[in-house]
Amino acid sequence: MIPAAFQYSKAGSVKEAVAQLREAGPEAKVIAGGQSLIPLLRLRLSQPSHLVDVNGVRELDYVHPEGDLLRVGAMTRHSTLVRSELVQRHLPLLAEMAAQVGDPQIRARGTLGGVFAHADAAGDYPTLAVMLDATIVTDRRRVAARDFFQHLFTTALADDELVCEVVFPMAPGPHRYIKFRRRLYDWAIVGAAVQKLDSGWRVGLTHVGPTAVRAAAVESRLQAGASFTEAAGAAADGLEPPSDARASADYRRHLAQVLTRRALEQAA
Amino acid sequence: MAVTQLIGARVQRREDPRLITGHGRFIEDHTLPGLTHLAVVRSPHPHALILGIDTAAARALPGVLAVLTAADFHKVLSGSMPVTPAFAPEKKYVPERFPIAEREVCFQGEPVAVVVANDRYLAADAADLVHVTYEPLPAVVDPEGAMNPGSPLVHTDGPDNIGWDMTYAGGDIDAAFSRAEVVVKERIIQQRLAPTAMETRGVMASYSPYSEDLSLWLSSQNPHFIRLFVSGAMGIPESRVRVVSPDVGGGFGSKISPYPEDYLVPAASKLLGRPVRWIETRTESVMTTIHGRGQVFTAEAAALRDGTLLGLRLTQVLDLGAYHGTFGAFQACACLMAGGVYRWEAISARTVGVLTNKVPTDPYRGAGRPEGTHLCERMVDRMADELGMDPAELRRKNFAREFPFVNNFGLTYDSGNYDGTLDRALELSDYQGWRQRQAAARAEGKLVGIGLSTWVEICGFGPSAATAGATGGIALVESAQIRFLPSGSVAAYVGTHAHGQGHDTTFSQLVAETLGVPLEAVDLRHGDTAEGPAFGYGTYGSRSLSVGGMALYTASQEILAKARKLAAHLLEASPDDLEFTAGAFTVRGNPQAKKTIQEVALASYGGNLPAGMEQGLEAVSHFDPPNFVWPFGAHVCVVEVDRETGAVEILSYTGVDDCGNVINPMIVEGQVQGGIAQSIAQALFEEVVYDGESGQLVTGTMLDYLVPTMNELPTPKLDRTVTPSPTNALGVKGIGEAGTIAASAAVINAVCEALRPLGIHHVDMPASPDRLWRLMQEAGR
Repeated sequence: MIPAAFQYSKAGSVKEAVAQLREAGPEAKVIAGGQSLIPLLRLRLSQPSHLVDVNGVRELDYVHPEGDLLRVGAMTRHSTLVRSELVQRHLPLLAEMAAQVGDPQIRARGTLGGVFAHADAAGDYPTLAVMLDATIVTDRRRVAARDFFQHLFTTALADDELVCEVVFPMAPGPHRYIKFRRRLYDWAIVGAAVQKLDSGWRVGLTHVGPTAVRAAAVESRLQAGASFTEAAGAAADGLEPPSDARASADYRRHLAQVLTRRALEQAA
Repeated sequence: MAVTQLIGARVQRREDPRLITGHGRFIEDHTLPGLTHLAVVRSPHPHALILGIDTAAARALPGVLAVLTAADFHKVLSGSMPVTPAFAPEKKYVPERFPIAEREVCFQGEPVAVVVANDRYLAADAADLVHVTYEPLPAVVDPEGAMNPGSPLVHTDGPDNIGWDMTYAGGDIDAAFSRAEVVVKERIIQQRLAPTAMETRGVMASYSPYSEDLSLWLSSQNPHFIRLFVSGAMGIPESRVRVVSPDVGGGFGSKISPYPEDYLVPAASKLLGRPVRWIETRTESVMTTIHGRGQVFTAEAAALRDGTLLGLRLTQVLDLGAYHGTFGAFQACACLMAGGVYRWEAISARTVGVLTNKVPTDPYRGAGRPEGTHLCERMVDRMADELGMDPAELRRKNFAREFPFVNNFGLTYDSGNYDGTLDRALELSDYQGWRQRQAAARAEGKLVGIGLSTWVEICGFGPSAATAGATGGIALVESAQIRFLPSGSVAAYVGTHAHGQGHDTTFSQLVAETLGVPLEAVDLRHGDTAEGPAFGYGTYGSRSLSVGGMALYTASQEILAKARKLAAHLLEASPDDLEFTAGAFTVRGNPQAKKTIQEVALASYGGNLPAGMEQGLEAVSHFDPPNFVWPFGAHVCVVEVDRETGAVEILSYTGVDDCGNVINPMIVEGQVQGGIAQSIAQALFEEVVYDGESGQLVTGTMLDYLVPTMNELPTPKLDRTVTPSPTNALGVKGIGEAGTIAASAAVINAVCEALRPLGIHHVDMPASPDRLWRLMQEAGR
């Protein structure tokens, strides 16, 4: 990798990280697992003035059940989520998603918080956060997932703000995430997640727009007693998916419906 | 040659412990005192005039030693980069190519300037500071459009965009078609592919102004050719240039031809008087290393109702890119091989090489033979479908069966048994069972298809009579030198150069067996022009064993002939009375009278020699093969296409190949498996995409250029038959490209058959889910 020059500092705590970010100014960036940032640095598409390395912020590496909530620290690696008994018991869909992130090397380095801060349209966890109304906790405030993701690679985070935790509702019921991709370690071309709660089904879609989507039309059809097939037919309602070398917008709309139906069938 | 202890043995690869523990030595592992680092400033435009280059800001950066442009390089480099005649000797237009652009850039990534700095980061930073003013010109992207008289020009000073346009006539094609009862037509696209070797290219050069010599380290499949070309361009005697190609992390054909950097890096070293190194980034690799394939075929096949094939008429439009690849016209061999394993009354094949504003194409694993096979096997399947015949049956009806078989273009297939590989492949794949399962699946509405590919290739380049003209002078024979040292250890030098083929192992097996020494006693050396015979011819086109291995074999025989004379002298016997077994000469009828080859080797350096014999025990040999060699086989692929998503799942893959006698079956299986993987990659995944309007490369990273991994690929069932080649004493053929030549047709035939109930006849590559979904949508309307 031949990136442009940058300053570098290590933070040992949230406080240190925020102080370093503030001092380094608006062109600074946080580096956690680096699995998305380093490719951008390599291509010089990102040329930050300063990298604040938060890999030493151990206080953010945890999974805590609390009442009917599951609090997950931002520095929790994907591989930890895959293995965590707490995640498997209280929010198995998160473990299922984590197991489908990249390859073993990526899962060993990449972090939950990094996925939220990076806000790739093809990120998996944002789908779960949006469909389950999760809350993102930063060093200074709490933001609802639906407000956190604003656009492609754009979040509600201020330049010097750090993602610290994501709070999910516990959801041990039937669930499935289907990630349609060409290669095992690819990003989703389209992903469909379903989770049954006591109150009914929650349905989310990955990579069908600039941010993760909650498929409310599918949920309400299911609430009204529609069959999985009928309900999934609404998965593409209102979507404006991207067209790229991998898939046209039409194909993504089609996949959203097919994958939603299959996820419901496989979860139930 | 009989299978003995070492020939035909599954010897573990000797090079692997070193390579898989991270102790390989690739270009970036080599350094020199005072090394400097070079970065290339490249055109962001596919076509533009260069109005000015402002290097001031780059020069001002501390640590930058030089910023060099074409004007500087003209002081130390001359001439145009080489283009060989290959299979299209009558070129209409060959644009001149200096390694760095001066007036006009003709593809995205073409070098415009270079920066040399004290470290690689500085060099990259400074390259960003070189300001080039361009006047963009229209980019020619589509090769078929580029053939139109009104097309914009790829080079503003060119007459048109036609590199060559010639027709191979093999028999009376009109007569063949006039008897046709059935004709099928198809348009078949061979997408551009990026070779994607694990080790990108890299060059390190050190020119000494005092001894006026040049040392060059680069990742190459044929270092001697690079020495020839670079010494010529730099005006340095060939003997004063040393090219070292150490461990090479893959090539697939992309490291055969010389590249601009192969000239610019040594030239920069000469201009600066310092050693210089350049390592290609992955981004540069996808953009500026040659691409493979890039062809559009239109074909029609004629047959009788009973399935007798009559004629094949085709046109190959070959996307050359902005310049002819050095061996780019080799890919026209797709035309010469388009008849495959079948008897045709006539074949007429037109090949048109067309310039476009893209990186040049050049041989990529298989180079013309995968394209020829894909075309032929698709057309045969189309015909079987049209006739309602089982595709295996139609193939069998038309197989060539008498060998040597002379094809429509006068090429002589040395040996073959096409029924043998097909029979075994059908058995091993459970073809009949799959036909039943397919019927059941179709009844449930599932899309299951079975695809065959019965293939043959031309390889083992090659006989001097054919190849001296094709390269413009140097016959693609092969050389070897074998030396016994006094202690009995053996150094074997070959002019081929492995980049993953396992030559350290295979060639050592061959030498150890022939000379009767332990495998460990043989040191196989290659990749350094300072060692071994004067010229080596490199590794490509599945030639190393059948040509280079034969040179080793003949050198071994020369050594044994001398050793026999010396042993006879030492044993006071007649040479004719000696037997040579297990590494020792014994007198027939008196096994006590014995001299091991090691004893003979030591004696050869002493004073007790027969009258007239010189000291030493070594030999240099060149092998000029009397013919090419012609491996063949039969592959069977079974797929299911997901009717809803278009995703293709390979349910079963079987390959039965025949490469004649085998030195190391394990290495052969590895080659076949890798080749199949690379061909499935073309069939289902990989495609270099340029934007049709702007000419910008779309698939510039590994995120977009889909190289599949073991996760996406099947474990093929493999077997072999053995039909030795009569053209060499070892009876060997070649196997490096076999899987790549065979598999794409088997996969696509299977996909097409799966989609046949929907009325779909043909699918182009890659058969990606979105493409298949679109086809199914259109078919459903």
